[in-house]
Amino acid sequence: MSDILRYFRQDMLPHIWCPGCGHGTVTGALVRAIDKLGLSKNKVCIVSGIGCSSRAVGYLDFDTVHTTHGRAIAFATGIKLARPELTVIVMTGDGDCAAIGGNHFIHAARRNIGITTIVMNNNIYGMTSGQYSPMTPKGMYGTTAPYGNVERSFDLCELAKASGATYVGRATSYHVPLLIDLIHSALQNKGFSVVEAISQCPTYMGRKNKIGGAVEMLEWIKDGTVNVKAAAALGSEKTKGKILIGELHNAPESEYTADYDELIDRVQRKYDKFQGGLYGCASNSD
Amino acid sequence: MDEKKKEYFHIIRERYCKGCNICVAFCPKQVLVLKNGKVFPERPQLCIGCRACELRCPDFAIEVHLKGEQPEEGRDSDSVDYTLPPEAMHG
Repeated sequence: MSDILRYFRQDMLPHIWCPGCGHGTVTGALVRAIDKLGLSKNKVCIVSGIGCSSRAVGYLDFDTVHTTHGRAIAFATGIKLARPELTVIVMTGDGDCAAIGGNHFIHAARRNIGITTIVMNNNIYGMTSGQYSPMTPKGMYGTTAPYGNVERSFDLCELAKASGATYVGRATSYHVPLLIDLIHSALQNKGFSVVEAISQCPTYMGRKNKIGGAVEMLEWIKDGTVNVKAAAALGSEKTKGKILIGELHNAPESEYTADYDELIDRVQRKYDKFQGGLYGCASNSD
Repeated sequence: MDEKKKEYFHIIRERYCKGCNICVAFCPKQVLVLKNGKVFPERPQLCIGCRACELRCPDFAIEVHLKGEQPEEGRDSDSVDYTLPPEAMHG
């Protein structure tokens, strides 16, 4: 693993996450996927918002931006438009992405801009002591839901798919090889890619719902998920109430920054051909 | 064809380990135990090199290597000169 440690700021390690937190596993999976692709450190930019998950960029030795709450995708859109040759990755949490940054998320998916979004979904706001988030399943407990959550939760992968994301996958911190494969193919996808990584929060989610520690939570995640290929063979009866993991959607389409460059090129050619020069063209109503 | 059983050894970074027990619980061969709250390879001869511990460790504290194979020269924290700015390290 010393081959992946060179992607970390080792003077910052050990990290601040609780013992048994799944966010470290997801960060490790991302680094392994980048290592597999052999990307240069100078060609990768990682953006994050606020929350437990967003602390990941502090430990990664790439060009990283730690931005305001929910606006990670907005900042990443700017970075991608200014420097389309960079691989822009957003590391965000379930609250950061689905609640505070929900609009940025769906509109980035609509534009199909070349950003890879990794949503570390631990079903709860871990950093601020366990309030329920839009991803908390119905009936589960949190600090602000002492009698159980009455709200329905988002299916973020379906939301991304409906908004127009071209690559959608879901894995967990238990199924790490699958997670590495999904991030690997998401990084190669030209458009907006979403990988939802279900992660465990033993400190709040595990304790409030009496699931147990990190090991029990991982077993709970393992029992609650089924691979999308296996689900097709098993039928809807056996997979009822289980979360589908694997590659859920892959339909490449034209990418936003490439379209934008093409537009600039087209308009520039039109201006160059205009007889009256740039000023005459600009003052022309056309 | 006589195939010798592959043997593995483990590198533990005790400073990084938080003793969350994930690697111990999910090891298929019960190679690892917790000692004084830190992971320890008690029965390394049983290891099959599946790297379940290495991949699931949230703290990057354990790695598995094949014996006889020289592990890649890593930039471990004690061999890094932190007076240099991190940009100078970018390759």
